[in-house]
Amino acid sequence: MKKIKFSSVYLVLVFIILYIPIFYLIFYSFNQGGNMNHFTGFTWAHYQELFSDKRMLVIVLDTFLIAILSSLFATMIGTFGALGIAGRKSQRTKSALLTLNNVLMVSPDVIIGASFLILFSALGIGLGFGSVLLSHIAFSIPIVVLLVLPKVNELDPALLNAAQDLGATNWQTFSRVIVPYITPGIFSGFFMAFTYSLDDFAVTFFVTGNGFTTLSVEIYSRARQGISLEINALSAVMFLFSLLLVVGYYFVNQYSHSRRQKQRRHAKNEVTLL
Amino acid sequence: MKQTKRFFMIPYFIWIGLFVVAPLLLILYQSLTNNQHQFTFQNYVTYGTSSTYLHMSLNSLWYAFLITVITLLISYPAAYFLSKLKHQQLWLLLIILPTWINLLLKAYAFIGLLSRTGSVNSFLTFVGIGPQQLLFSDGSFLLVATYIEIPFMILPIYNAIVELNPALINASRDLGATNWQTFRRVIFPLTISGVKAGVQAVFIPSLSLFMLTRLIGGNRVITLGTAIEEHFMTTMNWGMGSTIGVVLIVMMFIIMALTNDRRKKRRELNDDEEN
Repeated sequence: MKKIKFSSVYLVLVFIILYIPIFYLIFYSFNQGGNMNHFTGFTWAHYQELFSDKRMLVIVLDTFLIAILSSLFATMIGTFGALGIAGRKSQRTKSALLTLNNVLMVSPDVIIGASFLILFSALGIGLGFGSVLLSHIAFSIPIVVLLVLPKVNELDPALLNAAQDLGATNWQTFSRVIVPYITPGIFSGFFMAFTYSLDDFAVTFFVTGNGFTTLSVEIYSRARQGISLEINALSAVMFLFSLLLVVGYYFVNQYSHSRRQKQRRHAKNEVTLL
Repeated sequence: MKQTKRFFMIPYFIWIGLFVVAPLLLILYQSLTNNQHQFTFQNYVTYGTSSTYLHMSLNSLWYAFLITVITLLISYPAAYFLSKLKHQQLWLLLIILPTWINLLLKAYAFIGLLSRTGSVNSFLTFVGIGPQQLLFSDGSFLLVATYIEIPFMILPIYNAIVELNPALINASRDLGATNWQTFRRVIFPLTISGVKAGVQAVFIPSLSLFMLTRLIGGNRVITLGTAIEEHFMTTMNWGMGSTIGVVLIVMMFIIMALTNDRRKKRRELNDDEEN
């Protein structure tokens, strides 16, 4: 009994440590005083300041545009990549492709950023929206592949054979059998790519140039100048947004999970009926 | 079927060529040239003979090691206790949630917490220790880096613990092993793959956290990442920056080789079984 208590205390401590900085930021975003030390009174002023800050608004929109576009492209390319890798017959080709796929997963951000910077300058691509978008697509593809691949591997070849025996065209097999089956993987891939893009600082920092900024880079340059409670307000908004994303992701997962279980139960019932 | 599949895979192969292989080759090429685009080993010679660079690299390794060890010590018990809870999915989400908060915002929070007039110092004054210089110190860098890496260590260890067959633990208990023996001889060896994955996920990024050394460490701690950023963005010496980058890549491969072998072997075993 005592042991369980110790473990709960330990976990509670870990959770407190994990969340203190975040709630600290949010708490002081309502502070009338201009700093994060003494809470002098409640105010929405920093939020008003944030929402009327045109420059910040543009940066937020740009960040989301990059995140959505890059995760869409990465999901498409990555899904086909996963299908292709799974379709390889030889184990050696498969693992070689997977190794190449994982290079960007394990490389430190700084290396990705620096090497992409060299790449863009070698190709003569100017730094800005385009280079940031390309980089985000590039570093999101491997995570999509890794999340879709297990689903593709689970796919029973008998299903594909059945579809083709029943006269489905390649396209029909693909759109009616393969895609519905791997959709949960595609969704998770899209989600992860999206959050990767929103979160990224280091790679963007290298390839962004002067004219274009994303939220992370903006926070970095403002944080270097010192504390401004507008950033606290921003972090509160972003925290709420992450919470929504996580909850949404959780329910999507739960939903597909329970639906699968229902289907399985359904199938079982049918079998027993037979 | 084959033809169309190949067609749809073209973008993926372009990606591999352009964004995986080419950047690696380019960074290697860049490290072997000077500012006049001439082939030279000068960068490596400079790196190998300069005590500043060598000292910086060792320092960076040492800090990454410290961060990894501290994170591991905190995370293993947390992951273990977590695996014993009800509603694990929910708790797991709560562990993951902070990783979805922008890293810069978390660093920014610590600037507030640790600053000279910040909350931690107020507390220290209240307790009677008096205000300390917390920000811009080695300790603050360690603290914030550990804080950021904890979830990345907990998750793989948790996954490994959940995969553990409870029958093995019961068997060990039935055979008279104490809790500590069970942990040392059964649980830990069987979850070492999770630990290795965690070490890999923490150690490599810890070598390159340049934003933290700038914002929290006040440039007192220089990691390999900081040096690369400095050479690429400030002094514009891409050759030297790439050289340090190659060093970082080599270290990355060493760490991966050290942390990967066991799992690979096991995967091969599994493949054999399937065949």
